[in-house]
Amino acid sequence: MASSTILLDYWPSMFCMRARVALREKGVEFEAKEEDLTNKSPLLLQSNPIHKKVPVLIHNGKPVCESLNVVQYIDEAWSDKNPFFPSDPYGKAQARFWADFVEKKFSDAQFKIWGKKGEEQAAGVKEFIEAVKILEAELGDKPYFGGDSFGYVDIALITFYSWFGAYEKFGNFSIEAESPKLIAWCKRCMEKESVSKSLPDQEKIVAYAADFRKNNL
Amino acid sequence: MANEVILLDFWPSMFGMRTRIALREKGVDFEYREENLRDKSPLLLQMNPVHKKIPVLIHNGKPVCESSIQVQYIDESWSHKNPILPSDPYQRAQARFWVDFIDKKMYEAQRKVWASKGEEQETGKKEFIELLKILESELGDKPYFGGDDFGYVDIGLIGFYTWFPGYEKYGNFSIEAECPKLIAWAKRCMQRESVAKSLPDSEKVTQFIADLRKAFGVE
Repeated sequence: MASSTILLDYWPSMFCMRARVALREKGVEFEAKEEDLTNKSPLLLQSNPIHKKVPVLIHNGKPVCESLNVVQYIDEAWSDKNPFFPSDPYGKAQARFWADFVEKKFSDAQFKIWGKKGEEQAAGVKEFIEAVKILEAELGDKPYFGGDSFGYVDIALITFYSWFGAYEKFGNFSIEAESPKLIAWCKRCMEKESVSKSLPDQEKIVAYAADFRKNNL
Repeated sequence: MANEVILLDFWPSMFGMRTRIALREKGVDFEYREENLRDKSPLLLQMNPVHKKIPVLIHNGKPVCESSIQVQYIDESWSHKNPILPSDPYQRAQARFWVDFIDKKMYEAQRKVWASKGEEQETGKKEFIELLKILESELGDKPYFGGDDFGYVDIGLIGFYTWFPGYEKYGNFSIEAECPKLIAWAKRCMQRESVAKSLPDSEKVTQFIADLRKAFGVE
């Protein structure tokens, strides 16, 4: 039976980008189906009835939802190359912890910067910078969060880089000034084809965020 | 080297309960240390500087934080018996999805049931019952969420069962009336020694909720 891999996708979503990066890291051929989130496809609603969100990976007809879950699934289903995790349980636990940190702290903070204004936005900038400094300390002098190899935490975090232009413009601050090491890590990741092919240009995201702000704020 | 396992925990925490169950499923000897959350120990603050929360699992001096991560770590470190996650990647993804669902939705929803009143509580109750029905539907006619064997999702959810009488008392509803299959599942889980030993008495939890309501001025 021919293998089929479909990704229900949305171009500016940093969560969808994670799935794209992971699939490309493994050299998996996939079909990306762009969703209109104001008019969700029957396939999306059927494949993710609980959350009705993207990304959804449909592998041989079976759906996997939630981006970090999708990335872990991709690692296990195509385990022959480019492992995303170290082999020891403690290393795995550390990787899961930091991806969870990105999900809990970094993700909420960044939304406030481009999706809110006034006090809420200012709080978002403060929380974002705090989260960035914690992540930078965790990265230390390693080339990647996983050490010598690009891995799970790198995949979880790098996709937000496509949004840095938007954060800086609407939050009115410089991420590089706050965290030069993190920017260096971002650029290192962007040299990987799996990453550069999966992230949209920062200018396109800035325009997208500007549009959102015009329509919602 | 001897295995030294310490668990920093708080007795009514449904998250701490997950880790206790997982350790007992694997037959791991561990030292349980009760934390006073209003006066956190230096060890807790040192081992979980990022979140400063319990539970924290300390294995041979190295900390693992976040309950679902701890359960996965325990499964992988003591892989010789009672596997907690299935081996098939798709089934593993399904198990992770449901614990993620519980983590994202259950805590906030259940909190509204006992920590609020009036309209906010009514909305919270409605959401909470909806969530339980979704979980009950996922369980279906299986003995456990994973199928024939007790596993990751069962461990992820069962701790909330000790809080059920409290929800029922302050929310003024019957969970068994709404979700009889889920209650049957919970009773099945409670027959396992690892679960029975790891969960506090519901009456103690209900009293704890009463104390919290007073402290928050809900009463």
